[in-house]
Amino acid sequence: MDYTIIIALEMLRAIAWLVLLSSGLAIIFGMMRVINIAHGEFLMLGGYTVIMASKIGINIWFAMLVLAPLVVGVFGILVERLVIRWLYGRLLDSLLATWGLSLLMIGGVTMLFGNTVEGVSTPLGGFSVGIYQVSAYNLVMIFAAISILLSVWAVLRYTSVGLIARSVMQNPDMAQALGVNSTFVYMATFGVGSALTGLAGGLIAPVTGVVPSMGINLIGPAFITVITGGASVVTGTLSASGFLGSVDQLITFGFGPVYGGAALLIAALIILRILPQGITGRFFTKKL
Amino acid sequence: MEKSILKDPGLYVMVSIGLLIMIFLPIMMDMFAIMQITQYVVLSVYALSLAYIWGYGGILSFGQSCFFGLGAYTFAVASINMGSTSLPFILAIIIPALFGVLLGYFMFYGRLSDVYLGVVTLVVTLIFWKLINHTAGPQYAIGDARLGGFNGIPSIPILNMPTANGQMMDPIQMFVTFMAILIMVYVGLRLLIASEFGRVSISIRENEVRSSLLGYDVRRHKVVVFSIGCGIAGMSGAMWATYQTFIDPNAFSLEMSAKALVWVMAGGVGTLAGPIIAVVILQWISLKLGQLNIINNFVLLGLILVPLVLILPKGLLPTVKQWSQDLWTIWKKNKANEGDTIIKESETVNAGRRK
Repeated sequence: MDYTIIIALEMLRAIAWLVLLSSGLAIIFGMMRVINIAHGEFLMLGGYTVIMASKIGINIWFAMLVLAPLVVGVFGILVERLVIRWLYGRLLDSLLATWGLSLLMIGGVTMLFGNTVEGVSTPLGGFSVGIYQVSAYNLVMIFAAISILLSVWAVLRYTSVGLIARSVMQNPDMAQALGVNSTFVYMATFGVGSALTGLAGGLIAPVTGVVPSMGINLIGPAFITVITGGASVVTGTLSASGFLGSVDQLITFGFGPVYGGAALLIAALIILRILPQGITGRFFTKKL
Repeated sequence: MEKSILKDPGLYVMVSIGLLIMIFLPIMMDMFAIMQITQYVVLSVYALSLAYIWGYGGILSFGQSCFFGLGAYTFAVASINMGSTSLPFILAIIIPALFGVLLGYFMFYGRLSDVYLGVVTLVVTLIFWKLINHTAGPQYAIGDARLGGFNGIPSIPILNMPTANGQMMDPIQMFVTFMAILIMVYVGLRLLIASEFGRVSISIRENEVRSSLLGYDVRRHKVVVFSIGCGIAGMSGAMWATYQTFIDPNAFSLEMSAKALVWVMAGGVGTLAGPIIAVVILQWISLKLGQLNIINNFVLLGLILVPLVLILPKGLLPTVKQWSQDLWTIWKKNKANEGDTIIKESETVNAGRRK
């Protein structure tokens, strides 16, 4: 019984992990059709913000939930103004440019902070299920993933801001003609996507520790999740995370984490072979 | 756009430059310099592999280093086990090419769009990098060759002469061989591009739907193009392994993939000579800056890539070609104008009157 609970918790944690990694990307890529290869480095930036802030004595929750999204969001807006806005509609070029950006960020952070792993201890300690000890922070991550998805869904579905954002992404010229400032909406959406990424980076930092090249390990799962999910931001992220997270965890339980990662990729490849548009290209097509 | 290959002066110019370098450089320069230059030759072959599939097949692979590394590891493992190097060298072409077929099957028969393609190749590379990094223990061995995890595989045999068994090449012979390989790859690709097969791949690059409506099997064609590129990348990996006599998982790294993209991008997508020139220039710059030790290599790559995309999306060689063509037309116009300025003037006067 206890073991079942543990496995269920671990699966939920793996799913939440994928949701956290990919939700910001789902907005930037799923909605805006901008491929941000520097996504992993945005996560890294969020992580560094938290670690550096907690090192100078700022409350870690404040750093995670406020500072990290703020810093990365502002950085994202800056990047959008300087680089991305020239590249809307030029998918491949945006791919290349953001890759350049990612290399630049890895190099820049290495030069600033050095190529060493920095970390803070995970807050909250743990609790026990029968004979097993579980980190309470896992629950925080699961809770954060759920609330991120819920709030993105609520904003897109029920607010006029969400409506405007969706209309601009669907047809920027028409929205412009109806009096919406498309340029501003693009910038803001990119900023929100970056801020979510920063939040995620901040949340995972205590678990992974931070190192300039950490993004390289995170970007694979993030992109695979978004691509497997398909065009819908919330449903796609949730369904793909659910599927891939379970596969990853099951294989990890059996054979070890490296094979789990490989299985995740192979599962995604097979899904894409069957459903080239991702899961939401075939199922739940009308959902957000 | 593609002229008949025999009428293109560029081919003859490049081949004769290559032959001159191959023959005279070993006479003119000392051995250390030759060994330095050999690495440009190897990396040029690597750059050509991406230049072909991206420029002439329209396949943007972010995971070229995956095949580079695969070739290098194949060569290392096979040559350590076999002792001789000729067969491993061929294996290092075949195995990456076969893996390219497998991956290509999933990507192209799944009809993934360009963008997904880039991401999938990127992720496959990352997985390889992770897996290889993980093989540190003694249980990870193929035959006599221990994979060695992040420590890599040391003491990889140097290429021996294909005829005389067991006789290793000295650095000069290796340079000449590699130059010959580079020239053969270049000419081979040019011939391939000029052939019917190559024309079909260019048509697919230009318009996939139209080519398939004309009856060409786009998916199969793309798989073939992709696997040719993978084979060449694998070969360059083997050359790299035997040149360094050492290989580590960094062969699979993002940096290696990024470098290939930067070279092709900088040299010009849709050219073969451009990427070679870019390899020589950019590697030399990064070597010099690396010696100064002030700027991180990643920063440098990024600083090259971002402005390139924003300012010079066509790349160096096409831009220079465009400029020289423009200059040529302006110069010709001026020459022509000197002769008939008077006529033109009278024309403008007439035109003015008509208004």
